[in-house]
Amino acid sequence: MIWNPSVECMDRESMRKLQSERLRKVVERVYNNCEPYRKRMEEAGVTPEDINSIDDIVKLPFTSKKDLRDYYPFGLLSAPKEEIIRIHASSGTTGKPIVVGYTKNDIANWNEAGARCLSAFGLGKQDVIQVAYGYGLFTGGLGAHGACETIGAITIPISAGNTEKQMLMMHDLQATALACTPSYALYLAESLEKSGLKDKMNLKVGIFGAEPWTEQMRKEIETKLGIKAYDIYGLTEISGPGVGHECECQCGTHICEDLFFPEIIDPETGERLPDGSVGELVFTTLTKEGMPLIRFRTRDLTRLIYDKCECGRTSVRMEKIMGRSDDMLIIRGVNVFPSQVEAVLCEVEEFEPHFFITVDRVNNTDTFDIKVEVKEQYYTDEISGMVKLQKKLAARLQSVIGLQPNIILAEPRSMERSQGKAKRALDKRKLQ
Amino acid sequence: MTTLQLSVFLENKTGRLNDVAKVLAEAGINMTAFSVADNSDFGILRVLVSDPEKAKQVLKEKGFAVKLTNVLALRIGNSAGTLYTILDKLAAEKVYIEYMYAFSEGEQASVVIRPNNIDQAIEILKANKIEFVG
Ligand SMILES: [Zn+2]
Repeated sequence: MIWNPSVECMDRESMRKLQSERLRKVVERVYNNCEPYRKRMEEAGVTPEDINSIDDIVKLPFTSKKDLRDYYPFGLLSAPKEEIIRIHASSGTTGKPIVVGYTKNDIANWNEAGARCLSAFGLGKQDVIQVAYGYGLFTGGLGAHGACETIGAITIPISAGNTEKQMLMMHDLQATALACTPSYALYLAESLEKSGLKDKMNLKVGIFGAEPWTEQMRKEIETKLGIKAYDIYGLTEISGPGVGHECECQCGTHICEDLFFPEIIDPETGERLPDGSVGELVFTTLTKEGMPLIRFRTRDLTRLIYDKCECGRTSVRMEKIMGRSDDMLIIRGVNVFPSQVEAVLCEVEEFEPHFFITVDRVNNTDTFDIKVEVKEQYYTDEISGMVKLQKKLAARLQSVIGLQPNIILAEPRSMERSQGKAKRALDKRKLQ
Repeated sequence: MTTLQLSVFLENKTGRLNDVAKVLAEAGINMTAFSVADNSDFGILRVLVSDPEKAKQVLKEKGFAVKLTNVLALRIGNSAGTLYTILDKLAAEKVYIEYMYAFSEGEQASVVIRPNNIDQAIEILKANKIEFVG
């Protein structure tokens, strides 16, 4: 179902007009109300009068995660504090968290975006949705919650963790949809298998996001839980879950581009790249009041597709994120993305898709260890059998990454199943 | 003729062997023989216990990777050369030993072997009047 056809199926020219109009407004807002923006625009020699259409966006300076830290907590607000009604934050990996303030309208627009997502997943009033994202400063819980209430579904605000209780509620209330991180969905699936409750569930749809996942992981979740698993996309800085979503065609993530305008740039030069190029994703919030972000650099690498989708939506689609420039590990001169390791693990039958990468430097050489779990039925009682598995995986990874890792075998279910964003690598070279 | 052996995968961290022993002790299961095969990364504990099925179940519940394997437990006496004679007889028929370990029960020395062809090994050992334990 399409929640808001007038926007989601709008012809491209009308969309450009709407985006142009909104960009003018938001640029005026930040210029007039937010000192750091005004300063930076002055430095770049651009004023709100220079912004006449969405194409003029390239004249505007970028913002980055660093700006959110530098102006922590309220320095980037473009609305008076009296209008802010909610704060969300993400814990930065280093130093201060990132704080985002929302006005009443911001929350309403976020709920609207979330409603479009859930409708695209086929959910509506008739559904019972268990929200197992963490509630609190993290945008996942309250974001999904607002979306569920907006479409009129029964919302179970259970939050993250407590797997026993999750299973009990899911069963007793016959939840039809589950919203959580994909890695927690896998953990839940395993727990359900063990509990014997699996066949007594009524789950049909998974609303998964907040961390990168692969097609193979999707297949595994779908098989283990017997559901259709959809990706919901969001970033704390721009808006939580709801910035984009898949549709029934599952051919990319539709961006709610009347609210969040995406661009692809060359991460080195900052140049806008032609349609269809792979590069760094940049977002401008077109309607935000509390803390609009202009040309925010996400560090996510992807591609945008402008063809009309078979689902009927005309909104631009984003391909699966191919990696984050932040996550990238440079090991012995080779670029390694944790997502590559995950993809290989999902392909090699004998292994679980959980892993942890440790990179260190010993005698001036980078070490590259990957700890993995063998599926229970593939453990053997012979050292040689286990070594064979290690070698098989190492060879497969070598062919994909171009680098031979040291495989460390872990005991079954000993690796941490993430309940928030999965921490999948430790670079000890940075600690030295 | 065959004996069920329990094998447990152990990550190379200190104390995992103790953890296994503790789980078995708490379930009232005796270990009659064990060996640990390891390389630098991980180890495999092989153990003969009083109740293999129950041992498997309690260890699985505690999250261990456990397998049951058929092995042969042989009473070989204490005289030098008995073991060699047995292995030689098996090798002559192209039966090879994947792994083995020894243990003693009172006066008697015993050995656990895992041949690549267990049925053939049993035939040969029986023909040579080797005594099986249990
Ligand atoms: Zn579509």
